[in-house]
Formats: sequence, structure tokens, C-alpha cells
Amino acid sequence: MAKVELRGVRKSYGPLEVIHGVDARVADGEFIVIVGPSGCGKSTLLRMVAGLETITVGEIAIGDAVVNEREPKDRDIAMVFQNYALYPHMSVYDNMAYGLRIRGMSKAEIDGRVKKAAGILELGPLLERKPRQLSGGQRQRVAMGRAIVREPKVFLFDEPLSNLDAKLRVQMRFEIQKLHRQLGTTSLYVTHDQVEAMTLAQRMIVMNAGRAEQIGTPMEVYEDPATQFVAGFIGSPSMNFLPGKGAGAGKIALEHGGIVHHAAGQVDTGRSVVVGIRPEHLVVADPADAFFAGTVELIEQLGADTLVHVAHGADSSIVRRPHGLQPEPGSTLHVSADPSSVFLFDAASGARLR
Amino acid sequence: MEKRVIFRSWWLPYLLVAPQLAITIVFFFLPAGQAVWQSLLNQDPFGINVEFVGLDNFAMLMRDEHYLASFRVTAVFSVLVASFGLVISLILAVFADRALRGAGVYKMLLIWPYAVAHAVAAVLWLFLFNPTLGIVAHWIKGLGIAWDPLLDGTDAMILVVVAAVWNQISYNFLFFLAGLQSIPKSLIEAAAIDGAGPGRRFVTIVFPLLSPTTFFLLVVNIVYAFFNTFAIIDAATGGGPGQATEILVYKVYKDGFKALDLGSSAAQSVILMAIVIALTVVQFRYVERKVQY
Repeated sequence: MAKVELRGVRKSYGPLEVIHGVDARVADGEFIVIVGPSGCGKSTLLRMVAGLETITVGEIAIGDAVVNEREPKDRDIAMVFQNYALYPHMSVYDNMAYGLRIRGMSKAEIDGRVKKAAGILELGPLLERKPRQLSGGQRQRVAMGRAIVREPKVFLFDEPLSNLDAKLRVQMRFEIQKLHRQLGTTSLYVTHDQVEAMTLAQRMIVMNAGRAEQIGTPMEVYEDPATQFVAGFIGSPSMNFLPGKGAGAGKIALEHGGIVHHAAGQVDTGRSVVVGIRPEHLVVADPADAFFAGTVELIEQLGADTLVHVAHGADSSIVRRPHGLQPEPGSTLHVSADPSSVFLFDAASGARLR
Repeated sequence: MEKRVIFRSWWLPYLLVAPQLAITIVFFFLPAGQAVWQSLLNQDPFGINVEFVGLDNFAMLMRDEHYLASFRVTAVFSVLVASFGLVISLILAVFADRALRGAGVYKMLLIWPYAVAHAVAAVLWLFLFNPTLGIVAHWIKGLGIAWDPLLDGTDAMILVVVAAVWNQISYNFLFFLAGLQSIPKSLIEAAAIDGAGPGRRFVTIVFPLLSPTTFFLLVVNIVYAFFNTFAIIDAATGGGPGQATEILVYKVYKDGFKALDLGSSAAQSVILMAIVIALTVVQFRYVERKVQY
């Protein structure tokens, strides 16, 4: 086990820079999720840690050693790939034993390690099978088994659950968590799924367009997003954004009518801002206290909750309401929120205004 | 789901396959049947005297020293052609797969030889290896090695093997390259992380995954060496010197059309037919099953 440090890491393909300087510290034994939309550079970053991509500028250290110039095999890491990358011509046992045999381990020790990993992952009865004879979830477990037997310093996961169906994904999420608790190995986990990120991460790195926009625990990121991008990416359904302008102390005048009260600092009158309020923080209010009024467009019933889509000029907001309280489509809804749950972002840069 | 076409009239489907069937029957089944029939006969060159001799032609072949020698020549020739053809093209394909710049040009250049007709290729190499004119022969002599494919049987064999391999490499190369490119990159990366260096990755991951391709090409190359190299042998050495490069298919032609021993020639064709049928059966039985992993 070891800590991992990224120091000013950049990646360019020719003149095109795709990662614009990422700094992050992963503590020993920590489970870090790198999350972001596709194309944000999260997989590239992980592959740089693995040694599958060169580092253009900056340093990556595993433990106390800078590994920039080391081959993947000398970095003491194990990786789980999105498509599992199991060796199709080898049995499950051989798949797991492959790396150990190369390292010249004794037969008895290999057997012990493979059996132990198979026990943890409940792969015992499948050891003699070929990958093609396994289901998606079983292949996924073999891929993890192959990583576990190596007993590496760091686990790297590259979207390992995205090829599984929804139910299996939830189950594997739980198993990965359990595994991490059991083994305590430092882990870097890449995903585009913010639910996976929220549930698995001890801390998460939210990436956008080659930059780490925010690093923090899931709750920090949810409650205190650093940018409009992070605020919109984390949370489901995503945060409502309404354009407006500063209108005196603690007030924002919305572009499509209405006044929002906020608890953030001074906003110059007339300054363009974006107001962000999460669907779960919007409440139905008396017309006198409401931020704004809108027309109910659509109602989505999720069972426990109901999502009410409210049109407000050209904007549309979602209000999350408990089951059973639903307005008629076409009716007018007056909504408001606690000023402390109102976020403000700079309209041009997307930076958070506090 | 299997795709099924429903025809309204019963004769239309037969009509549609009729041209292909006609070609197969006229150019394959009839001559093959005739060869089998002729192999049981003994007739003079003009077909005036015909005598049914049963399996005598085959029995005579089995005792014929020249025929058995031709078998050995064929074995040596096809083993050399298949092994060099496969090894060289695999090496080229591995390099082409790695090439980052100019990969397209490299591939195109490697595919060119396939467009050269066998007889032309044979003449080309004949000139290159010609003891008085050839530049390659000049280099070989420069190394102090005696070289004359017109007189020396081993030299002649080298010449036809080089020409045959050169002609076939493109085909093998294409299949190997396609095979290499169909191996997911993440497998190689996983092996790299598992600690395998490039050589080890090739031996333990890449080559086993290429084995269906390799086996398919092995059969194709043996068939090629057995049958399709006729033009090369004919243009380059004419089976000589002596009998040094006389492969079975060339002997069929020589005995039938030059020596006009039709019965023996037909019997030899039948034996060749049996060999190619056996190879095809092996290919279908074995390859089809092994392609899936």
C-alpha cells in the first residue's frame, strides 16, 4: 500500500493538450474516484498513473518514488479494465496466476493466492472455466481477482462497471466497497457515473475538460460545489440554473421575472450571475414569499419522489417533491428555497460566488 | 435469427444456382470423374488402344522410384514454403502493426507482390538468381559461395522456394495483420501491467490468440505449395535440374502431357485429389472449431 501523488500533471498529443495540470494527493489506503463526463481526460489520467501513457509534464509518485520513467510492470499497480481484458485462451485460474508466474513465484504460493482471491470473490467453482463461459458479472470478478492476487500498492479501476446491467452494477458497487474495506489498498477509480462516484468515493476528483475542478469528499462536493460545472454534474436530477443579475443586498433579479434571496456575499447590482438551486431544495411557497412562479409542464413519478418540471420563461426547473403531492399539469406553481441553499456562479467563468 | 427467403415458384431457386452448379460440374466434377476413370485404364497416346487395368497404375506408382522422389521433393518444398512464408509474413505483420508513421505505405508495398502473376514472379527471380546475369547471384558469389540453380539441385530448390514464398507473403501478411489488429489493445496492456515484456507478451498472449489464423494459413500455404506453385516451377526450373524441383503436380503435367502416359498421370491426379480433400476436411473440422475462443 502506498500514497499516490500527482504534481502538475499535463498530457499533450502533439500540439493538443488534453490534461492541463492536475495536482492531487491520494492518502495511503484511500479510495479516490475520478469522475467527469466523457472526454474530460479522466481515463488518460488513470492510464498515466498506470504507465500506459507517457507524462508530458509534471510528476506522478507512487509511495515515495517518482514513477514517470518506470514501466507499468515496475510500478506495482494492478488495473481493472472496462472490457475486463481477460486472456480469452486461459482459464480463470491461469488468468489470475499469469502475473504471479511472470514474477517467478513458487507454485504453492501462486496456488495459495489464487485460491484466497477466489474465495473472497466467490470464484471457486469457476476456476477451470474459460472467460467466454462466464457471465458479465463473473468476468468482472475475475478481472478484480487478477488485480487482487498481485497484492499491489495501488488498484486502478477504469470504468469497471459500465458494461454491466443496472442491477448488477449496484451489487458490484457494494462488493467493491466491501473489498476495499477488507484489503485497504489505495484505489483510483474512474467513472462517468456520478452515482457510482458518490457512493464509492472517500474523496472524489471532479474533472472537466482536462482540469480537476474540485477535489473533496462526496458530501463536500455536493454541499459546497466549487464551480457551476461541478454543481451541475454532481446530484441527480441535476441542479437548476437560472440566469439573473445582482439586485441589491442578498437579492438576485431573475432574467425571466422573480427575485431570489441568497446568503452569499455582496453581488454588485447589475452583475450577471447564474443562480443554482437543487431540485430537492426548491419548495412550494405562498405567492407572497415565492422566488418565482412557473407553469407545471411535466410530472415524473419516481415512486418515493415526484419530479415536477416548472417552466419559467425560457428556463425550466425541476422541483423534487415527496410522493403524493402533485399539482396539475398546466397549473401555476410558486416556488421558493432557503437562502442558504442558493448557490451563485459567475455567468462568464462559472466560478462560485461566495 | 436465420435469414430465409421465400420463393414463390419452385424452379426459381434452382435456376438461380444453376450457373454456379454448371460451372462446378463442367469444370470440376466431370474432369475429376474422368481422371478417376482414366486412372483405372491403360491407353496409348492416341487413345486407340484402351485396356482396363484396375489399380495397376497406382501399384506401379508406389513402386516407381521417381514418383517417391517427387513425393519427397514436394514434402521438402511445401514445408519450406509454408514455414518461411508464415514466419516472414508474421514478422512483417508484427512490424506493420507497430508502425506509427507510414503504416499505409508499408502495408501497400507488402501487398504488391500478390498482384504479380506466379510465372512473372518466377522469371523475375530466375533473372535475379541467374549465375551470369543476376545481381543476387553476383552477391552470393561475392560471398564466395558457388551458385548455379541450373546445375545444382539444392540451388534450384532455393530459387523456387524464394519465388513461391515471395509471391505468397502478401496474402499471409494480410491475414496476420488483420489477426493482430483484432486483438484488443487492453489485453496487451493488461499483460504489460502483469509484468510481461514484449517478447513474453507475444509468446503467451499474441501468438495463442493468432493460432486460428496461423492454422488456417498453414493449410492454405500447404495447398498453395502443392498446387498453385505449378507456374513458378514451370517457368523457373521446369522441374529440374534432374528431378530436383519436380513436385507432384508438375509430375502430373509432365507424365501426362509430355510423356503421354495418361493412365499414370490420371492416377497421380487422383492421389493429389485425395490429399487436397484430406487437407480441406482437416481445415474445416479443426479450424472452424478453433476459431472461437
